This record gives sequence, C-alpha cells and structure tokens, in this order.
Amino acid sequence: MNYDVVVIGCGVVGADCAYELAKHALRVCVLEASNDVANGTTKANSAIVHGGYDPLPGTKMARLNVRGTAMMCELCRKLDVPYRNNGSLVLSLTEADDETLQALYARGLANGVPGLTLLDRAQTLSMEPNLSPAVRGALFAPSAGIVNPWELCLALAETAVRNGAELRLSAPVTAIARTAGGFRLTTPQGELSARFVVNCAGVFSDQIAAMVGDRSFTVRPVKGEYYLLDKAEGSRVDHVIFQCPSEGSKGVLVTPTVHGNLLVGPNAASCSPEDSANTAAGLDYVRASAQRAVPGIQFRDNIRNFAGVRANTDRDDFILEESAVAPGFIHAAGIRSPGLSAAPAIGPEVLELLRQAGLALHKKEHIIDSRKRVRFQELSDKEKNALVQADPRYGRVICRCESVTEGEIVACLHTPIPPVSVNGVKRRVGAGMGRCQSGFCGPRVQEIIARELGIDPTEVLMDWAGTWVLCGETKGGNAP
Amino acid sequence: MTDHELVVIGGGPAGLAAALSAWEQGVRDILILERDNQAGGILNQCIHNGFGLHCFQEELTGPEYAGRFIDLVKQTGIQIRTDTMVLELSEDRVLHTLSPQYGYESIRAGAVVLAMGCRERTRGAISIPGARCSGIFTAGAAQRFLNIEGYMVGKRVVILGSGDIGLIMARRMTLEGAKVLACVELMPYSGGLARNIVQCLNDFDIPLYLSHTVTDIRGKDRLEQVVVSQVDEKRSPIPGTERVFDCDTLLLSVGLLPENELSRQAGIAIDPRTNGPVVWENRESSLPGVFACGNVLHVHDLVDYVSAESETAGKAAAAYLRGERPAAGELKIVNGNEVSYTVPQHIHRGVDSVEIFFRVRNVRKDAAIRVLDGQTQIARFRREHLAPGEMESIRLPKVLLDRVQGDALTVEIEAVEGGVPRSEASPLADIPTPTGKGGQT
Repeated sequence: MNYDVVVIGCGVVGADCAYELAKHALRVCVLEASNDVANGTTKANSAIVHGGYDPLPGTKMARLNVRGTAMMCELCRKLDVPYRNNGSLVLSLTEADDETLQALYARGLANGVPGLTLLDRAQTLSMEPNLSPAVRGALFAPSAGIVNPWELCLALAETAVRNGAELRLSAPVTAIARTAGGFRLTTPQGELSARFVVNCAGVFSDQIAAMVGDRSFTVRPVKGEYYLLDKAEGSRVDHVIFQCPSEGSKGVLVTPTVHGNLLVGPNAASCSPEDSANTAAGLDYVRASAQRAVPGIQFRDNIRNFAGVRANTDRDDFILEESAVAPGFIHAAGIRSPGLSAAPAIGPEVLELLRQAGLALHKKEHIIDSRKRVRFQELSDKEKNALVQADPRYGRVICRCESVTEGEIVACLHTPIPPVSVNGVKRRVGAGMGRCQSGFCGPRVQEIIARELGIDPTEVLMDWAGTWVLCGETKGGNAP
Repeated sequence: MTDHELVVIGGGPAGLAAALSAWEQGVRDILILERDNQAGGILNQCIHNGFGLHCFQEELTGPEYAGRFIDLVKQTGIQIRTDTMVLELSEDRVLHTLSPQYGYESIRAGAVVLAMGCRERTRGAISIPGARCSGIFTAGAAQRFLNIEGYMVGKRVVILGSGDIGLIMARRMTLEGAKVLACVELMPYSGGLARNIVQCLNDFDIPLYLSHTVTDIRGKDRLEQVVVSQVDEKRSPIPGTERVFDCDTLLLSVGLLPENELSRQAGIAIDPRTNGPVVWENRESSLPGVFACGNVLHVHDLVDYVSAESETAGKAAAAYLRGERPAAGELKIVNGNEVSYTVPQHIHRGVDSVEIFFRVRNVRKDAAIRVLDGQTQIARFRREHLAPGEMESIRLPKVLLDRVQGDALTVEIEAVEGGVPRSEASPLADIPTPTGKGGQT
C-alpha cells in the first residue's frame, strides 16, 4: 500500500493531523498501536483548555497554546464535542504566590492571552465561594475552558475517516526503512509505504524516531494521578482552579468536567511509558494538595482514580520539526501540557512543515466538516419521544447512572470507528462513567457489543488488547 | 401526563411488598416502575438459598422468594411496567419516565414509594491504588455475569471485603471450578453473617484475613497479582506485612450504598449516616406522600426484613391516599454510644409501638442496649452478641412512648467498664455504610 502521508499514533495530536490532512487530495493512513483511538495520554489528563500564560514567550508551546485555545470553541461546535469556556483562576495563597501571579500575568500578556485579569481576594471569593479563606487573589484567564479530550480525538479521527483517511487500529509500527521514495513501515498487519511520515506516537515517539536513526530527543514520561468525583461534587467549583505552578508542574488543579463531575489532580512523577498505576503516596499528595485550595472537597464521593502519562522529553518545548536525519519525517512529539489546548493548532502546523518538506497540498472541493451524535439526555421531551417512536431502543436506559440508552450504544457501534471494548463504548457514549462504574450496565454493554459486532461475549474486552473480562461459560452454560 | 394513585419506583422485593400491602389496604390504582426487563430486583441473581426463613418459614432461593411476591402481585390489579427508568422525581410527585413502550412520559402520583435499592461501592469509592488492568469486579457484577449471563469471570480469585455478597461469591466461584485464594477484610471482624462465614469460607478452606487490605494491584492487561497487607488499629497498612497473591480476578465486596439520586433531586432530606431518606416510623420521608423502604432507605441483612419494612411503607402510603395524616408532635431518635444509625430517625407522638432498627459500631458480647429519655434510662435490652454486620432492633411499646418527657430518645450501647477492648475499637465514623449487606440472605 502506498500513501502520501502516514501518521503514526491516533491520540488527539495524530487525529488533528489526520483531520487537517484529509481536507486535502492526499492518500492518508493513520496507524494506531492500540485497538482504539485516544487510548494513551489523550484519555487520561486534566481535560483543560489552558489560557496560555504558563509557557515561556517565544516557545512553540506559547504560540500554539494561545492559537489552539482560540480555535477550540469553533472546532468543538462543528464536531459536536463537549466543551465549556468556564475560565480559569490561578490562586495566590502566599506572599510569594503574589509575585508568581504577577510574573504569569506578564507572561500571559507577552503570549497574547486575551482578557487576563488580576483579581483581589474579594473578587476571587465572590467568583468561587468554596475556595480556601487563605486565598489572597487570583489570575483570571477568561479564555480557558474544559473539553472532553477523548471525544475531541474521536471526532477528529472520525471526520478524517469520513473524508477518506484510512485508520488502522492494533497496528503498532515495528520497523521503518528509508526507501528511494520515502519510507517503508512494518506493522503486524503488513507493510506499507509512505512519502511522508508524521510521528505522533506520544510517549513512544522517541522509539519511533529511533527507527529512522533519529536520536535527537528522549521521552521522559511523567505520570499524573487523579481523583474523579461524583456529580454531587461537580459544582464545588465553577472555574478551573490552579495553584501557583512549582518547578516542572502546573500543580494540582480542581475543576468541573464537561460531564459535570469534579476532577482533582495531578501530581508529577517520572515513570515508564505505560505505567498508569495509581499509588497510595501519589493519591495522598493530590488530596492534600487540592485541599489547600478547596478545603471542602468530599473525597468520599470519589468514583474513580486514574493516572495519565505525559510525553515530556529532554527538550523544553514541543518538538514540531522535520527530522534532521530523515527528510520527509516530521515529528509532532513531546506534546505535553498544554498539548490538548494546542492540538487544534498542531495539525495546521504539521501541514505547514509537510509543505515545506515538499508535500503539495491541494484542498479537496467537498469535505465533511461537521459531526453530530445523539445525546439522549440533552434532548427536549418532544425530541425524546419522537426518537423513541422511531427506534424504541432509545427508550431503554442501559447505564442508569448517566442515563445512556441502548439506542446510543447501538449507534456508536456502527460509527466509522466502532469501539471493540466496554471502555470504548464508555468513551463514546458515557455508559459506565457514572457512580456505579459500570457495576450494573457492564454486563449489558458487553452483551450489546457482542450482539452488534457478531462476536462471542468472551471476546469483548474491557479496553486494550489483553484486557479480557470473561474466561468462558459456567458449568450450566450461558443463557440462551 | 397520566395520573396514578400510587407509584412504586422499583420492582424488587421492597417495591413488590409495598405495592401488595397498599393493595391489601384498598388502593386500586398502583403502578410499579422497574428499570430492568423483569421484576424481582437483585434477588434474580441470588440463586443461593437461605431467603424467606422469617417471611415464609422456608429456605428459598432469591428467584423463588421474588417469584412468591410476583405471583401474589399478579393476582391483584397492580400494574408492573418493566424496562422503565424514572429519570426525574419532582417535589409535587410528578415522575418523568422513559421506556421503549411509552417513550418519555410524565406521571402524576397521589403517593410515591421509593424502592430503588442500593448499589455496590466500587474500587474508586475506596481508592485502591494499583494498575488499571481488567479483572476487578464488584462482587454483584460478577454474580450477574455468572448467574444471569452464564459466564465465568476468572480462575484464581481474591475477594476484598467479607460482606455477604463477597462470601456468597467465594462459594459460587469455587463451585464453578475457580480457586479462591483469600478473603481479605479490613476490619478486625467479618462484615457478613456468621452462617455465611461457615458455609462459604470455612467449608471450602478459604482463608479469611481479618485486619488486612489490598494495597496494590498489578497487571499490564489483565490482573496478575494483588498485594495484601495487614493494617494497624487506625486501618493503615503496616509496611513489611505484604503478601502477594497470583490471581486473575479481584472481587470487591466493600459495602453498599442506597441509590438516592432521585430522592435528592426531589429535595428529600437524606441522613448522611444511612445515605437513605430521613423517615418517620411509617417510612414517610421529609416530602409528604413520599415513602421509602428496603435498601434505598438503609442496607438490610435479610430480605425478609425488607419485606416487613415495605409492608409498613405500603400501608402508610394507603393511609395517606385515604387522607389520613399522623398527629403532629415529633420525637427524635438520637444515636448514642456505639450506635451508628437508627431507622426511623424520628417518630410521631402518640403512635402505637415502634420498632427501631439500628447498627452498632463494635463487636460486643453480653451487651445491653439502653434507651434514654434525656438522662433517664427508660428501657434496657440485653443481647448476647452485637456486631456491625448484623442489624439490631428493639421494640418500644406505646405505654413507654407515651411516658416520654423530652423531645428525643437516645439509643445507645451500655458502656463497658474500661471501654471497648482496643482491638475491637473501630472508628466507623467516616464510613458511610457498614460493610456489604443486603438482599443476599
């Protein structure tokens, strides 16, 4: 198979590259190692759209953060991705913090962050009454927001596929050879060739680079651990609440999510690329740290912990460049925080790098640039009724905590990128995201996946390859 | 909008019994709304026996026990609507429901009985650290896979929590050919019924590790190992006591939580100790005309007690629909020494005898339960044995209640000289509900 461009990795960065590439008359293929998109850093992070006052002026991080954040609202509207522009506050809790806020404010102005304001104590507390009484003031970034990161990735990837890009899941790249016309890539699904390659392999991007002899950077994965609290705690704060950043970390934040939960985290600890385990020490740190800013958080309403691995590298900035040793090989690597915020601007940036490397870009005449999915819970009573009448499966609630219907689950199993796991369904429609954590709906979702995909229930995975759920029938056999 | 006299939310043992008792009291327009595709609730997956000893003087399986009630309901004009989810309950008793058959529908109810049951606490609720691999199930979810769907969830099993569902699943998994390596309990005593310890663990040589907990979960894809550590009297893991179990499955039986999202939405007062509505002796909530019973109110040990409580609620709903209102005047029930909650939380003055249900904080032998009117003891009940895992009750006769001077009664466990032995002193205050109970015999 010959492609103009092969994108390696389908996290939010790879998906945005594919989304932008597919708008052009090009043969594009995206290779994803996992069995689903968004299955790495994209699914486990703070889900924040940062204002952009944090990166140092002049860096790619600063430029693309501010640009990506400005693009986010419109992109999410077009592609039906949950997004809320709720703004962020960086709190000052000590005298030293006051100075940090001044520095961040100045940096934000230099980066072109719109609407930055320094607030005094009274203004801060009137915006967020549940903050610690020790709060002295805050830096308010009205352009900041929250987004559903995995749905953003999915929406971008789906749209790319609708526009003709190919997506191959469970296709880790195991070798890359340089050829006269570009590159030959090996995956367990066979070989393919490409004139250009975009390396969006996240925490594995240095390993991918090494396959073409490029050892110009090293990934130094940093793990962050989180609490996700019940919706009962979801209105504890309204804005994204940061504390002043310390060395190498933006610190523990407290924020509502677009789903209405409360998210608390992360800490920062170096780790191996695939280490998403929670630790007692990490969770204790997150809890204690968050309570300094928002003392009233009820951690007994926790419904899930998770950890995400950020693709930090030995460089101080995003790595967005053509490989010095392999022409036509573009890195979109080291996309750590604020990578999610910058993602909408990274695709266009990569396109420009490809153009400079010699790729001719011709816009297609007709492209799809919208997406819509049924979110049953958000429909009006009238719309609900009409939908149930048309398809009674929308009248059967499968996930009771999040009120997700069978109709929505079935629909997601017939989209351009159908899920193959229980968590794949969860990421698409929210079934199992609630307080019972799929205790009730898990078996029923498993059954629906098996039925719709025509596979045996024992083949349905929890998530990535190897995460089996069922090991066989009971002695009496399964129900008819 | 359709109208019904009585709407019962939930078609499990509580809902069925409440509807039946309201019918017996003469209510003729009763609608049960059940979210699953059949009535019976969690009993349908409890295929072991031991149900019904109190209610029917027989040992029944869960489905049989539910079947008895479903058969009785079928002989009445009570309607059961399955596959129906109540999405919203408003203060004026309008229910917004969704079903494949009727779509999105609003129902106005003369009275409502809340009988939504409870759910299991999850890994997240207790923040067990470790890998995010597959193979970690709540015991009830595993039970559904085995007993309803007919699938096995794993072959080498560790169970965290000695609540009844965990104990029942230890036996069930063993009978299906799995190796159950250990049952691990954080507290220094089991949270389950004594008979289940004997019949589900001891009879199969499954070790029970008291004062232990799971401190790490390992596995890249599927679970590979769990690490179990001993805990000190503050329930903190003791370094150096780790033992590693090679297993592919971890079942969690770490407590049940009443499901009161609808109740909260309707503005009904919730008792943080039970996580259920605050009720009067007739199981009426803070919202007039809305009653609660079964595990949505507080987590029960035995389904027979659920049925009895639901009869009270159904009866009271019928009286409410007849226009009867209890006399004004409130007597609060206060939790005294070593009592973690009581149901009801308050009673009307002038009522007939009242049964107070409660749980204790510690395991005690030869103890006494005291009822105080202010500082004055007005009743004392002896018990050979008290345990947090076993619900207690006392009955206060009308003559006694009529003599009460103050506006509150305190229920307490008589203090032991020198206090409770240290190994048994277990501060349960921050645990919302005692360990896993409910509907499992």
